[in-house]
Amino acid sequence: MRFSSSAIFSLRLFAGLIMAAIYLPLILVVLNSFNASTSGTFPITDFTTRWWSAAFHNEGVREALWTSLRVAALATTIALVLGTMIAFALSRYEFFGKNTVNLLVVLPIALPGIVTGVALNNTFKTVLEPIGIGLGLFSVIVGHATFCIVMVFNNVQARLGRINRGLEEAAMDMGANVVKTFFTVTFPGFRSAFVAGGVLAFALSFDEIVVTTFTAPPGTETLPIWIFNNMARPNQAPVVNVIAALLILASMVPVYLSQRMTGDHKK
Amino acid sequence: MAASTIEPEIVSGTPTPDGHHHRRGDGISRLLHARPKLRLTALLTLPLAWLGVLYIGSLVLLFVTAFWTTDTFTSKVIPAFTLENFVEILTVPAYQLTALRTIGIAFAVTALCAVVALPLGLYMAKVASPTVRAVLAIGITLPLWAGYLVKVFSWRITFMNGGPLDWLLAPLGMTGPGYGTPALIVTLAYLWFPYMAVPVYSAFRQIPDNLFDASSDLGAKAWATVRTVAIPLLKPAFIAGSIFTFSLSLGDYIAAQFVGGKTQVIGTVIASNINLNPPLAAAFGTVPIVVVVLYLFLARKSGALKQL
Repeated sequence: MRFSSSAIFSLRLFAGLIMAAIYLPLILVVLNSFNASTSGTFPITDFTTRWWSAAFHNEGVREALWTSLRVAALATTIALVLGTMIAFALSRYEFFGKNTVNLLVVLPIALPGIVTGVALNNTFKTVLEPIGIGLGLFSVIVGHATFCIVMVFNNVQARLGRINRGLEEAAMDMGANVVKTFFTVTFPGFRSAFVAGGVLAFALSFDEIVVTTFTAPPGTETLPIWIFNNMARPNQAPVVNVIAALLILASMVPVYLSQRMTGDHKK
Repeated sequence: MAASTIEPEIVSGTPTPDGHHHRRGDGISRLLHARPKLRLTALLTLPLAWLGVLYIGSLVLLFVTAFWTTDTFTSKVIPAFTLENFVEILTVPAYQLTALRTIGIAFAVTALCAVVALPLGLYMAKVASPTVRAVLAIGITLPLWAGYLVKVFSWRITFMNGGPLDWLLAPLGMTGPGYGTPALIVTLAYLWFPYMAVPVYSAFRQIPDNLFDASSDLGAKAWATVRTVAIPLLKPAFIAGSIFTFSLSLGDYIAAQFVGGKTQVIGTVIASNINLNPPLAAAFGTVPIVVVVLYLFLARKSGALKQL
């Protein structure tokens, strides 16, 4: 398409402004974590590393981080098993109700998180608590696993469609049983999709807040819940700010580097 | 299924080079191999117990609870059929207003995302050099990895009274909007923007350049070309993106709490009633479900979903 030079200029300017709007708030969080003043007014005049050391020694943060990692690890493990099973069932078999099962996997992520959260909260309180399974770390893991399944399912199913089934038949013809064939032939074929699904599920669980607020008992804090509980408290805001800055750096730098590397690889 | 035509006896009964006829797991293996139905059952039982019984069961129970009532003194749920909760959410003006406001916010967020994604997609797909395009493509998706609360927090700082936005606008003699509905719309649009920008950009790239050339050969100016050639072709991408921006905005209430000021949304009402009056929370919880299902139905009718 032929653009006038002024059109190109305005499009370029617009793209630049959007990038600024995307990144300035995040850069601001990192800068503000060194702000000596707690009032949050701008521009920053005094810088300090006080909040970083306060955050590092904060017991609540450490405990919340540990809870988050445990929940994410267990929810991811469940999602890996269930998601892979459904992926196999849907990509290798024809059966009645196949579309319904497909919908069932996507539903927990398609419905607003608050609906999933309230529904599970209700079930745990009215049905499971009377038989001894009340809200606890277990209910948080159940909630997270439910919406993590789809991440593993999507990745594994997409890969299974492209696997050469002849390799499995060859393995069985040569005497490997179903179990051996699975672990030596089938699994290596979809391992990278399995890992990618697991990483996405872990990231999704680690970041989740809405379902967690409804499935966690009082006193159980994942990292997002801790941030949520402390964000509006004036004396804790600087520590929240440090954690936020840390999360930005810890999440975006590795992803940026990996994307750059895979991008260069393609060239 | 090709694999099941092989006789199981031949498969596991043939002596292997190491001379063992029977290894661990062969019995189960033979059984599974001979019966595809059994394999399917083994694969589906556990996932269906989880999703079909626990999850769907919970949703059904939630729906049933919406017809129950609470003891006003003890907040205990009493199973008894009543339409009271639904009558309440449909007739109490505050609830009506909250539902309508939330739907309005979700539409505003969707419109804002679409309006920004269009020129950005045009620039990335048709104007920018390959290097700039690659940087921008990473640039719009990278924030997806920064935590949800972190992004809400970043806009909480930005919109703060006397904060960066006020400082930026001060030379122009203006102040930022502060916490409230406009701040909430901007924050939500920021959160869900990648879900709109990525499909719009990819759809833009798929439009052949010669369509644009033909349009300008026929005398259309750039904007007329975008309006009459690009936008109709991008419609499915906009609809696909809008499903995310709309339904995610509809269910959100955390952002409302931190940048929305006094703005109440559907989620706020559900969250504040979940302990005091679970049946009312359940009834209100059906509102976003109905709206999202309706939206999906309309999107499907437009035919955009087939191209997803």
